[in-house]
Amino acid sequence: MASSTLIDRRFIARGVERTGTARFAMWLAPWVLLLGVGLYAAYLCLYYGLNQTNMDNRFAFGLWIFLDLSIIALGAGAFFTGFLVYLIKMKELKAVLNSAVVLGFICYSGAMLVLAIDVGQPARAWFTFWHPNTHSMLTEVTFCISCYLVVLSLEYIPMLLKNRKLRQAPSFLAFEHQLHMLVPVLAAVGTLLSFFHQGSLGGLYGVLRGRPFAFREGFSIWPSTFFLFILSAIAVGPSFLALTTRLVEKVTGKALIPDSVYQRLGLISGLLLAFYVAAKSIDTLVWLNVTSPAVGFAPWEHYSYGQFGIWLMAAEIGLFGLVPAGLLLWPKTRASRGWLMTAAALACCGVLLNRFILTVQTLALPTLAFDEFMTYTPNWQEVATFGLVVAYGVILYSLSYRYLPLFPQEKELAGEVIEEGTHVSGR
Amino acid sequence: MKTQKPRRYGMVIDLDRCTGCGACMTACAAENNVAPGHAKATPRTGLTPMLVQRVSNGGAGADRREVFIPVTCMHCEHETPCVTVCPQQAVELDKATGIVNQMPQRCLGCRYCMTACAYHARYFNWWDPEWPVGMERTLNPGVAVRMRGVVEKCNFCHGRLHEAEDKAAAAGKAEIDPADYRPACVEACATQAIVFGDLNDPASDVRKASRHEDSFRLLARLGTEPKVYYRSKQEWVRGLAERGQQEVRRG
Repeated sequence: MASSTLIDRRFIARGVERTGTARFAMWLAPWVLLLGVGLYAAYLCLYYGLNQTNMDNRFAFGLWIFLDLSIIALGAGAFFTGFLVYLIKMKELKAVLNSAVVLGFICYSGAMLVLAIDVGQPARAWFTFWHPNTHSMLTEVTFCISCYLVVLSLEYIPMLLKNRKLRQAPSFLAFEHQLHMLVPVLAAVGTLLSFFHQGSLGGLYGVLRGRPFAFREGFSIWPSTFFLFILSAIAVGPSFLALTTRLVEKVTGKALIPDSVYQRLGLISGLLLAFYVAAKSIDTLVWLNVTSPAVGFAPWEHYSYGQFGIWLMAAEIGLFGLVPAGLLLWPKTRASRGWLMTAAALACCGVLLNRFILTVQTLALPTLAFDEFMTYTPNWQEVATFGLVVAYGVILYSLSYRYLPLFPQEKELAGEVIEEGTHVSGR
Repeated sequence: MKTQKPRRYGMVIDLDRCTGCGACMTACAAENNVAPGHAKATPRTGLTPMLVQRVSNGGAGADRREVFIPVTCMHCEHETPCVTVCPQQAVELDKATGIVNQMPQRCLGCRYCMTACAYHARYFNWWDPEWPVGMERTLNPGVAVRMRGVVEKCNFCHGRLHEAEDKAAAAGKAEIDPADYRPACVEACATQAIVFGDLNDPASDVRKASRHEDSFRLLARLGTEPKVYYRSKQEWVRGLAERGQQEVRRG
């Protein structure tokens, strides 16, 4: 791309190639439009109330809670990569660490944004800190997510300060250096916080004694879903990281990380996914044979309503669990970029399906003998707010990629093309 | 002043007596300042702390049987699901009365308690409460109006309990007179299908009725110890206690 079109050249790191400013603006334009529509929908919900949505007294949770659970699970790559790099000393993964932090920041800040719209009285959010109910999983989630977002911000700031223009300010450089020294500590704190809030998000459903579809026994105060959510999040975190990195490579036409990093991410994801599938299968068997019958619910009845058949369980554990685990663990398929990405996508879909089932199916199923099975379809305000988070994520990631050193090995790999004959200027 | 012994308020609803007239629902709304439904409200977004549901046995013709089941907050005693999940202690189980109270002024409106309730007995204020001009004069001054964006539910007409306690205190008594505290739905029921009182009191009608061989509780196997009981001589009605094998239909 001709340098004359790069009017923001002074903000772009030396030695890396970025697309022209006009082309970059065109790339952002549709996302900004989506952001605008989403902001309008959010305004409607905040100003006129949640009557602007299709949620109701039965479907008190809907698309937004599904979105929150999903993006927090997918964003687990941030803390888990930090854990692997700084605590397990898997230095190879430094190649994706910055990108993981940005993705994590996007996922968590996006989740907080949607939560603020999703509650009836957002101005009372601080009450949870002032009058915390220590028995509530949601209290733990609120505390840990808030704290972890601060941690992610502290990890993101040094990256911001590495911007070519900002580095010219000596005080910023010194501040960045100081923050950088804190990063291993932040990684440890982030790991601790994340283990708890990922688990507590699962616990949100597992403790619901009044919803036999979701209720699980467990260990001490934690239902089994607490541990399953942690496992599933750390299993798909690396897959999501591999998938997004590959997507960026495709969009920009550049090689950003070495193949060995993809392989490592795939292997970690595969191992954890296999472990998760085994744990999930055992948990399901215990629930079907012990937990659900004990509270008076025939286990298979849960799968006898509408579209929520047994196929969902089979898809979740088999197609989106066992299959990607196998593909990621078998060296031949893992070595193939196509299979690796297919498996990563299946794993990510699996965690989305799991969060969907726990959020929507739990509420759709009847509890009283004379209850009806109910369904719910989100309306445009809910979908647009969903789009707001997606647009926010794409815009922030695009800006971060353009102006910040997300992939430290990009310069080394600059000569490599991702596919024969597709070496094009990146965005 | 002496303190009163811990009570466990509960009710027994005789389903064989319930005619489905809905007086209990109306009385509940009037007593608790529940605003008329918004023009866009649906049965799924309305506010009905007491909801009479019509249920049939699924039979046809002469085999068809129907029953009206008033469903309200069950004031669960054990591991009360809505109390344990609320992140900011806006729901509490009052150990002195056994009543599960909702504090709308502290409610965040996260609706987690609604997902926790097996009885769907909690309601969200989807709209600002509005009364037609002039109707605001019918508001009960003893009950605070709830704002948009918070959850509410039956509290056994807690305002009436306060009045009874004030009356007892003014008379220098430690115990309230049971006749002074009856929720609006109990008072309004024309067939006296609802018996209310202290389940801890061995002499109370509610205690005796709750222990009758015809009495049952909904979803008792969940283990939450609900304090609202039902009674019926009809076996198929008693079979509605748990999700069973028999086919039922909401009418």
